[in-house]
Amino acid sequence: MKIIELKETVTASNDRDAAVLRSELKEKGTLLINLMASPGAGKTTLLERTIRDLKDTHRIAVMEADVDSDVDAVRIEKIGAKAVQAHTDGMCHMDAGMTRRALEALGDEPFDLVVLENVGNLICPAEFDTGAGKCVMLLSVPEGDDKPLKYPLMFSVSDVLIITKTDVAPYFDFDFDACMARARKLNPNIQIFTVSAKTGEGFDAWEQWLSKAVSDWKE
Amino acid sequence: MHEMGIILHLAKTLEETAEQEKIQKITRVALEVGEVSGIMTDYFTDCWNYFRKKHPVLEEAELEILTIPAVTWCDSCKQTYPTVQYGRTCPHCGSGETWLLKGNECIIKEIEVEE
Repeated sequence: MKIIELKETVTASNDRDAAVLRSELKEKGTLLINLMASPGAGKTTLLERTIRDLKDTHRIAVMEADVDSDVDAVRIEKIGAKAVQAHTDGMCHMDAGMTRRALEALGDEPFDLVVLENVGNLICPAEFDTGAGKCVMLLSVPEGDDKPLKYPLMFSVSDVLIITKTDVAPYFDFDFDACMARARKLNPNIQIFTVSAKTGEGFDAWEQWLSKAVSDWKE
Repeated sequence: MHEMGIILHLAKTLEETAEQEKIQKITRVALEVGEVSGIMTDYFTDCWNYFRKKHPVLEEAELEILTIPAVTWCDSCKQTYPTVQYGRTCPHCGSGETWLLKGNECIIKEIEVEE
């Protein structure tokens, strides 16, 4: 018997795969965004509006990750962006290996921006590096301003927080300042945007950030 | 579901190690699991016992879980306290300016192998 000390994280193999994928995408000049949120926070709706606004200036594709069904991919294709549906076979998150297979399914066409719409869940997706260049999370007003307290890891790993559905804010007791302060306490560098996909409010700032992130990634 | 996802990665990490080190069989895996890592250890062990049978290198590997206590640091009074008992509010001074020092990890500490 021999004992070998490893001192590696359990997900070390995923972290290595993710780092390789990220450098390959950097080489190609394709920014991969890992979009995470709870079910119903408005991931697909945000993407529909963003794609409509940016598709003339950017080559965009979307990878929809779900446990089952292809309803989201169908919605994205209607807007005119290429979409693939990745099934996670019951898993609650995407990892780097699954992300690579979904990217392969997109084909050889070059893209400036590929969005991975992760499984709706504020817990597991935060723990697995997909190889994305940026992590963006959504929190919708009806979910409540206390979510940074309940799901701290998601807020810690995200580069951007978008608070969605601001048009319904008058009907909810959502404290924007408290929510932002809680998120910034967990992650002082987090960029925060507030949007309504229904009215278009706040989309300029978010899309400016996104366009800049795409061009910065090519440098 | 979450536990199963972690098991898949654990198995992959171990198989990669086995290949590199030319190990035929792993007989024990010692994991350090933090108290607030979100992993349910009973369920995790059940998942492992199901999963290891599918991998020749791992099928005899018993899982040993070592719990790492969670400790939080208070930035206001510069003291530490046990996280599980007191949560985010410092029991010494009542401040909320606190950070988790350890207890969130899931690390493969060591493996025992047949030579």
